[in-house]
Amino acid sequence: MSVETNIAIQHEDFDVGIEVDALSGTGVAGAVATFVGFVRGGADDVLAMTLEHYPGMTERTLRDIVGLAQARWFLLGVRVIHRVGRLLPGERIVFVGVAGRHRGEAFAACQFIMDYLKTQAPFWKKEETANGARWVDARDSDEAALKQWQT
Amino acid sequence: MSITILYFAGLREALGVERELVDMPSGVNDVASLRSWLLARGAAWQPLSAPRIRAAVNQSLASDASVVADGDEVAFFPPVTGG
Repeated sequence: MSVETNIAIQHEDFDVGIEVDALSGTGVAGAVATFVGFVRGGADDVLAMTLEHYPGMTERTLRDIVGLAQARWFLLGVRVIHRVGRLLPGERIVFVGVAGRHRGEAFAACQFIMDYLKTQAPFWKKEETANGARWVDARDSDEAALKQWQT
Repeated sequence: MSITILYFAGLREALGVERELVDMPSGVNDVASLRSWLLARGAAWQPLSAPRIRAAVNQSLASDASVVADGDEVAFFPPVTGG
């Protein structure tokens, strides 16, 4: 059975319902796990965020990550969407959806793909604040999350 | 031997360069020697010396020892922060 994989880098927003329907559409999936990442609002003084990426390498890296997940779990479908450009607090940034026969592999593969995406895929965030713009620093906790899959 | 070099995010801003086509002198044949050669251009290139700066060759993550050859696309960038 071929695994349907869809990877998209885009400026425009996405519809989570449409993505879930696409993942479950084959009728053989028993589970779809999804992750949606947002521009954090609230306590931070971030007015907006601009996402930059390395066209070509981004798509290649995401395909490789999905391939690693498929080698590890039996998956029926994977959809990854990452937005680029200027986004406001509360806006969606990233979607990862995984269809599997059971929830176990769907949950695990979804987290695996996000942990690899955070540390391997060439995206960079720049925050706009009242005091000017700043590039977001990489977090050690993201590297730690990756390592749990590599032991 | 000519290669394309791309710079991204904070490194691109610090250097003021997004993309360049360079002719590498003989002896420059891997990421480490390419970086040293670029650093020798002058103080403005110091941001490239930060240990956290990563490299990719032909759109795959690379190490200091990764080979750089004619026609390659090399990129330098800070740690990634997507997701």
